[in-house]
Amino acid sequence: MKILVCISHVPDTTSKINFTEGDTKFDTNGVQFVINPNDEFGLTRAMWFKEKQGATVDVVNVGGAETEPTLRKALAIGADSAIRVNTPATDGIYVAKQLAKVFKDGGYDLVIAGRESIDYNGGMVPGMLAGLVGANFVNTCIGLEIEGNEATVIREIDGGKETLRAALPLVIGTQKGIVEESDLRIPNMRGIMQARKKPMNVVEPIETNTNTEAVKFEKPEPRGDIKMIDPENLDELVDLLHNEAKVI
Amino acid sequence: MSVLVYTESEEGKFKKTALEVASYAKGVADMLGTGVTAVTFNAGDTSELGKYGVSKVLKVNSDKLKKFNAKAYTDALKQAVEKEGSKVVVLSQSANAKYLAPLLAVQLEAGYASNVVALPESTDPLQVKRTAFTNKAFNFTNITTDVKIIGVSKNAFGLKESSAELSEEEFSPNLSDGDFSVEVVSVDKAADKVTIADAEIVVSGGRGMKGPENWGMLEELAETLGAATACSKPVSDMGWRPHSEHVGQTGKPVAANLYIAIGISGAIQHLAGVNASKTKVVINNDPEAPFFKAADYGIVGDAFEVVPKLTEKLKKFKSDNA
Repeated sequence: MKILVCISHVPDTTSKINFTEGDTKFDTNGVQFVINPNDEFGLTRAMWFKEKQGATVDVVNVGGAETEPTLRKALAIGADSAIRVNTPATDGIYVAKQLAKVFKDGGYDLVIAGRESIDYNGGMVPGMLAGLVGANFVNTCIGLEIEGNEATVIREIDGGKETLRAALPLVIGTQKGIVEESDLRIPNMRGIMQARKKPMNVVEPIETNTNTEAVKFEKPEPRGDIKMIDPENLDELVDLLHNEAKVI
Repeated sequence: MSVLVYTESEEGKFKKTALEVASYAKGVADMLGTGVTAVTFNAGDTSELGKYGVSKVLKVNSDKLKKFNAKAYTDALKQAVEKEGSKVVVLSQSANAKYLAPLLAVQLEAGYASNVVALPESTDPLQVKRTAFTNKAFNFTNITTDVKIIGVSKNAFGLKESSAELSEEEFSPNLSDGDFSVEVVSVDKAADKVTIADAEIVVSGGRGMKGPENWGMLEELAETLGAATACSKPVSDMGWRPHSEHVGQTGKPVAANLYIAIGISGAIQHLAGVNASKTKVVINNDPEAPFFKAADYGIVGDAFEVVPKLTEKLKKFKSDNA
């Protein structure tokens, strides 16, 4: 089984978010970049398929050279090789079309991607990729087993979960739950050394369209001051929630 | 040319988010000088949609579509868009809508903007305001395609009544076997529990609750308010509560009217996930907890004393105002 894991290169979850160039660009100054957490859960599951079922695992990112340390980290965790499509990740369909080319060229059986990146939160690339290549697709996947050519997938739905069955090739959008937080792997020295020797294949992008354009950014208004309430006077809170906030 | 809206129902009844996206679609239709067509799947009485500005309903009734199936629903919606000649499609950000939206975008060669929080800033180009960086920022996006899909965040727009003369039409899309290549085997859903996705009020607990055995008081508070229960990341990581209750940047986003955080310090990742909520109340015994800087109302106190007392007060309030 050939698995492709899509890796987004995103600011660490503790990053302060600022913009530059007249609020049109994300300010990367002083920002630590990491593997998108949703992707990392998926990558960890892919390692399981590698170790238990002999799968090969490639990781891919659509982005400039600055994303290579993030791909190297994925290699240090255990992926076999990395592919970087050498172009900025402009919009959802643009990235999905680049990945579709990688998918077809590599003849993959399974694509694992985070349900969304934590920077742009588009939540569309995995589904678009599946749609473009005609693969089956399951989103918000929290459980995945594969036997032969058939996958059994658990999907989180609002207020519960459902079990689905689909043939490969399959694309899943995944999140925490496909593995536990405690299953995540911190690369060890041996992994880091090995990762240096693993292939980092840089491929040039195909020419294609975008469908959306991020024009500018804006930070939320700072909040008004908090009202503190004496724990001995909870009637005040009930009154405020009813008459001021009007939420009860 | 009408604006097409996917109005989700459950057991034949419309969800509140369906009425919210209908309201939003009406707002867009007014900007474009057109009407709103809703597509429903196995919904019963659709007259409620008329109160929120829908003028036409395409009713899909099919046993094959009893269970949500992303590919098949996508195919049906695509055919509805083509039939109506719609240029704008509006849908919610429920798990199901988020599942099918990118598939629909590919089918229609449409640009898709997710997590949209307001009516378009302009219609030519069509520019929308959406959240990005998990609610730490807003992003203005132009959708540059002929057909455009807008995913509207829950609780961002609200319900806007606007009565319309409603006409109904049966609509039978042509579905192929390929539409069912992903088969739904079983659905496991707690019927009586308020879900975080649908809840108006969310009661959430953190490490300050000291252990899973203390959740009873949160559940009682939640029940009093008709709220869903949620938790912080450490709580779900330690297995005190299921992952499905984890809210925050890597968990579920919360956009409730009222979010009550109990024993949660307010790490930046947690705040990002919940700050789309309108009103936030923090109960924590540490006055230095960062959450106090991000909330509307705060109580410094021992949750084990404050929560049961608050529940009593709210019970009294509810019975007085019943």
